[in-house]
Amino acid sequence: MSSKLRILVPVKRVIDYAVKPRVKSDRTGVQTSGVKHSLNPFDELSIEEAVRLRERKQPVEDILTVSAGPAKCVDTLRTAMAMGADRSIHVDVPEDKPLEPLGVAKLLKAIAEKEQSNLIILGKQAIDDDSGQTGQMLAGLLNWPQATQASKVDISGNEITVTREVDGGVETLVTKLPMIITTDLRLNEPRYASLPNIMKAKKKKLDKKSLADYGVDDKPRLKTIRVEEPPVRQGGGKVEDVDGMISKLKELGAI
Amino acid sequence: MLSIAKHCALRAVRARSGSPSLIAQSRSSSLTRLLSTLAILEQRDGKLNTGSLGAVTAGQKLGGSVHGFVAGKAARSIAEEAAKIKGLEKVLVVENESYERGLPENWAPLLVENIKKGGYTHVIAAHSAFGKSLLPRVAALLDVQQISDVMAVEGEDTFVRPIYAGNAILTVQSSDPTKLLTVRQTSFTPAETEGGSASIEDAVDPKAESPTEWVSENLAKSDRPELASAERVVSGGRGLKSKEEFDRLIPPLADALGAAIGASRAAVDSGFADNSLQVGQTGKNVAPQLYLCAGISGAIQHLAGMKDSKVIACINKDPDAPIFQVADVGLVGDLFEKVPELTEKLKSQ
Repeated sequence: MSSKLRILVPVKRVIDYAVKPRVKSDRTGVQTSGVKHSLNPFDELSIEEAVRLRERKQPVEDILTVSAGPAKCVDTLRTAMAMGADRSIHVDVPEDKPLEPLGVAKLLKAIAEKEQSNLIILGKQAIDDDSGQTGQMLAGLLNWPQATQASKVDISGNEITVTREVDGGVETLVTKLPMIITTDLRLNEPRYASLPNIMKAKKKKLDKKSLADYGVDDKPRLKTIRVEEPPVRQGGGKVEDVDGMISKLKELGAI
Repeated sequence: MLSIAKHCALRAVRARSGSPSLIAQSRSSSLTRLLSTLAILEQRDGKLNTGSLGAVTAGQKLGGSVHGFVAGKAARSIAEEAAKIKGLEKVLVVENESYERGLPENWAPLLVENIKKGGYTHVIAAHSAFGKSLLPRVAALLDVQQISDVMAVEGEDTFVRPIYAGNAILTVQSSDPTKLLTVRQTSFTPAETEGGSASIEDAVDPKAESPTEWVSENLAKSDRPELASAERVVSGGRGLKSKEEFDRLIPPLADALGAAIGASRAAVDSGFADNSLQVGQTGKNVAPQLYLCAGISGAIQHLAGMKDSKVIACINKDPDAPIFQVADVGLVGDLFEKVPELTEKLKSQ
């Protein structure tokens, strides 16, 4: 394997993190039409990390971003390219038939093999389905090493040192390329795309593909039975002072 | 191959149990008899990690037999500890130092071999850092769509989990032959560690090499209760303004209550508190008896990690902060005055 880095960064278009999702009245899902969408926050970190590797004079040959979803994913990919990705692939998947993480992992495996990627950086989870699976599944399918919830990445030649967030602290792993990394919030501070870079991104290469191009089966394994609002918590009102707080806590049996 | 064999065996048993027309009707009962769950048990430094025992509880809710799985350097002695877990029928053990650090690269083939050999219908791990890193890799190798962060078991193939930072609750039905689940630690009380008498059996060890090497760890040392399982949690946010103020105000209050310390993302990002203390969608989920927070506004992402707490109390100077909408006890005031006063009054009780 050459030591040139060919980085693949999968990105997902999700409801903006600041929007409070509304459950549809027929309980089939969450209202998505007419709602602000953005690049999944963890995916911004992935692109940022890829771009920083290049800025740190690592031998980055290519930064490719990929998104699988409806036509509007193109906006997401343009954002990623405005942040510094070189080119992108949009795999058309109908909005009403989204891929499950396993399907995404299979698609990414096919793309990674075709594009000869040797480093794949994914977000640790998408903030809509909160599954946190795709990176690990992809690592399993490719039989590559994985480092999830990364907060620090160092590359020296073929060797990668990753610090990852674990319960109670951090741990450090060393492995070799090719590998999969998933990003944790602490990894970096994603940059804002500047206007000139947004303009430049419009000229970058964006290929349109279909699932059939990669021979991926999109048959879902899970069936949504229902989606509901969580039980609403009633705030118990306010107290006047610290004594009031203590007596209320006692009354509630909390202390 | 092995999974096909399992299906054939299942069919044979069902065929024996009655005519085909009756199978559909008695499907649920015959399946209950055949359900078998593998619960992945975690260990740390040769001790069973009780945080992972929710996997056993979830397995028991399914019905059928539940087997535990331990691997690592001192796995045999951990297995003896695990054999006493209530509800476990058998403990599978692999004593091999290569599994000590829970690397998914060799753990995944290890589990795949044992899941196939045991013909398990369900495999459950805690939704911990270890479970989250490992189980999806196993799922991909088995060609299964895993279900993460399960809050409730509705049936053999139907599970409930939060999506959109807990703003919606999804019930899904799996059509996979083997169901792989990670379970939310605050939704399944750990199985009791006494009173069981499971048999101990050696598991298969494919001895896969790991291309990844564990180098070191740096865990926040603390005498306080562990955040995820603490009865009480005291949490601080951006309103504390600095690490010095966080350290001056929050630990004494936590001590006065015997509580674990948590923090909002803003507090962690600003360096007031360690990353491992973050409560929320991307940090820890907690559901203590008492969640007492100061200087936290209550963003969606934070509420995701704590709104199942029994009693929520907050101190915040902004009366319109969203945290007041979920708090059972809210005090509008300057935390720099109120927190020390509360600490003193609690200490003198």
